[in-house]
Formats: sequence, C-alpha cells, structure tokens
Amino acid sequence: MSFITGVGLTSYGKHEGSSSLDLMSKAAELAIADAGLKRSEIDGILCGYSTVSPHIMLATVFAEHFGIQPSYAHAVQVGGATGLAMTMLAHHLVDAGVAKHVLVVGGENRLTGQSRDASIQALAQVGHPDYEVKLGPTIPAYYGLVASRYMHEYGVTEEDLAEFAVLMRAHALTHPGAQFHEPITVADVMASKPVASPLKLLDCCPVSDGGAAFVISREPTNAAHVKIRGCTQAHTHQHVTAAPALSELGAEISIAKAKQASGVSIADVRYAAVYDSFTITLAMLLEDLGLAKRGEAAARVRSGYFSRDGEMPLNTHGGLLSYGHCGVGGAMAHLVEAHLQMTGRAGNRQVRDASVALLHGDGGVLSSHVSMFLERE
Amino acid sequence: MKPADWTTGHEAILYQACSSCGKLQYFRRGFCAACGSTELAEKRASGKGTIYATSIVTRAATAETRAHVPYNIVLVDTEEGFRMMAHGANDLAIGDSVSARFKQFAGRLVPYFEKVA
Repeated sequence: MSFITGVGLTSYGKHEGSSSLDLMSKAAELAIADAGLKRSEIDGILCGYSTVSPHIMLATVFAEHFGIQPSYAHAVQVGGATGLAMTMLAHHLVDAGVAKHVLVVGGENRLTGQSRDASIQALAQVGHPDYEVKLGPTIPAYYGLVASRYMHEYGVTEEDLAEFAVLMRAHALTHPGAQFHEPITVADVMASKPVASPLKLLDCCPVSDGGAAFVISREPTNAAHVKIRGCTQAHTHQHVTAAPALSELGAEISIAKAKQASGVSIADVRYAAVYDSFTITLAMLLEDLGLAKRGEAAARVRSGYFSRDGEMPLNTHGGLLSYGHCGVGGAMAHLVEAHLQMTGRAGNRQVRDASVALLHGDGGVLSSHVSMFLERE
Repeated sequence: MKPADWTTGHEAILYQACSSCGKLQYFRRGFCAACGSTELAEKRASGKGTIYATSIVTRAATAETRAHVPYNIVLVDTEEGFRMMAHGANDLAIGDSVSARFKQFAGRLVPYFEKVA
C-alpha cells in the first residue's frame, strides 16, 4: 500500500537565475511541508535528470544540496514518463518496506539555462544516432510523422488537433502558476508558425523553467488519503522508425494491464491527467486509453466533456501545452494538480468529483508508457 | 564493422536478413533482434517503397540544418519489407510510390525519395 502524502509545484515559465537544483529544492520543500513531514523523515529520494546540468549521480548531488542523507537514492530516466515511473517505483519501495517516505523530485531551468536551439537539439537525440538524427529531425518532426499517419488513418484534422491546445490554454488561464495567460482560439492555433507539419507552434508545448515534487509514503501522514491503486508500464520501441502500428502502441498495453492489476475500470474514473507534449500526443493517448473512441477525442473536447465542469475534467492546470514543460517536472505537474483536485484544494479550478483519477505518461516517441490509478480513501 | 551505406557516406541503403528466422532489420546489429541468431545476411535495398508518414520541418535547431528548411522527413515502407526514415520531396503524400536517390544535407549524404510516375 502507498499514499501520495504531499505535493509541491513551482510556477512554470522563466525563473531567471535559478539552477536545476534550486528549482528541485523549492518543489521538494513544498512537498515535504505539504506532507507534514520534516526533511529528516525522508529516507528515500528518486529524481529525474536535467539536460541543462547533466550528472551521473543527480540524486545524491541533490540529497547533499538539499541536506538529506537517505538510505535509498538514485535517478530515473524515462523521458516524459519519468515522473510517473518514479512514482511507480516509490510505490513499490514503500510497499516493500525499503523506505518509509520517498521524495520524488524533478526540476530544470530549461528555458533560461540554455538556448531554445540547445533544448530542441538535446531532445532530438531520442532519435537513432545513425539512422535518424543524421537526417536533421526534431522532436516535433518525430511526432509530426505520427500525427500525419494518425490523421490519415482516422480522419482527424488539424482543426481537431487545435482543439486540445485551446482547451489546455483555457485551463491554464485559471492557474496563476501557468506559463501562458492569454486565451487562444482554433484560428490562432491554425495561424501559428509551422514547426513540423502538421504541427504548428501552438500544437507544441513550450520550453520552461520549473520544478515539481511529491512524497510517497507507506501510511497517510495527514488528512490527504490519496492512495496509489495500481501502476503499470509498457515499452514497445525507442525510435519512431521501429514503432509498431498505431493500433498496437504501448498506451493500450499499459492501460489494459493497469485495469487488470487495480480492478479499476475507465467508467470509475472521474479525473484524467494525460501527457500532452503535443496536441497529437493528447489526442492519441485519450483514444488509446479509452477516454474517447478512436478519432472522436476532439469532438469530446468541443462538447465540453474534458472541461473543468465536464464529465471527465482533464489537466485542469493547463498541461504541458499551457502550464509549461520543464522536462521531468513537466508531467509531474499533472499529478500535483490531480492531488489538489482529489483533496479538494484546487480553489477556483476545483471539479465536482475527483475521487478516482487516471494518470498516463509517455516518454520518447510514444515509446515508454506508465499508467496509474489514484483513489481518494 | 561500419556498413558501406548512406550513414557512412556511400550511396546505398543496406539492411540485414536473418538466415535463421527470416526477419529483416534496418538498424544494424551483430545479431537478429527477433531471435538472437548471429547468422545475418547483409542486403542492398532497391530504394523503392511507399510513403508511410511525412513531416515537413520548418523549425530546425542548428545553423547547418536551418539552411535547408523546409525539408521533408519521411518514413518509407520499402518494397523489401522494412521501414526507414529519410528525406523526401516536399509534395509527397502518404501512400505515394517512391524511389530513392541521394542528396547532400548539412554536410552529409542522405537518402531522398521522390514520387515515381
């Protein structure tokens, strides 16, 4: 058994002068305080990576910097799925009695610590060094390839994809910590600068500075009883050239296993937190996870199904697309928001019922998947 | 051993065929990723195939690649039966029958697919 006992999140955007360790520390401080714990009670640390400040032992670098001497610590790297993969590992660690309180932390000064070109280039390296990277693709191009095929097979249009950007922006407008505060329309998305067809600038998440952290504990430490009901992974490939058919991607595999492992069904889910690096990512994952029928996710956005007051509120903080994306911390914000919603602390963003949440992360080019069900006790 | 194909500056697309299970693989390795056999035959592809996916890059990340925008990154299903990433003409659409030639891109040789009539 395990509980998410505390969460911490910085604003995303520019944090001029803050290092990756600074942003990780800030988020960690917030999460530990939220759990009602002292630093000395944290006996396990899992952290992600920083493309700005790469290190072969980031978890111990962080532990020393933050002032903790844990009995278990190391970094985890699964691209965009890192946050949920760390949470899954923390769940098993506390469940097995290896640690009592595991701090999961990610943070990076990706926006102000390096140029946008450097970020785009660093991320393009998820491609194959000989057979892909030499061709000059970018992460948007890898996802652009997938998008072109998805649109071809399922009749999805660029206007359909734009709906996801508009929804995430609408949600971000209600969160003071979000990177973007100007409303956008489908026409704005369609008119935004082409990046890698069919994806345009507003179909892509931004580069941000920020940090996020959680504490995973064996027993509740406060009134927030948010239990991890089950988590699973699936890894079908690394490179888009080697990806299976669209109907055989890892999200479908991992969600099927998660449903089986937890006994939770999609009909039980009241809140969704789904990875949204690009509009196509969100559209595909929602359909792969069974939150919409194939090719129909955009119609559900238009009908308000995924809005704050809809049947299945989705990424009410604005997601990667509009809250921001600082690397590992990026998708960890989805879990922080889910926790706030589940514990009735989301303020003006509060949804009616978030008793059961489905979280899903994706790393690489739909390569690595983690699905997770959370339940409020 | 480095293959004598476009990844090392030679005008060729090579792939491996497993003598044991018959599977094809494009990413070169010393063994078959499907069955583990080390009995692999190296083969040269015809350069003919069908477009599986396309994405025209207009925002590149380096000065060398920026000089080439817009360029089309394509996934091609080759007639031999493996999938590869390459460059293509900007007018290509999914399902088009294509044939490869080779082109200079950012100081390297890359395969470049065009529609066949």
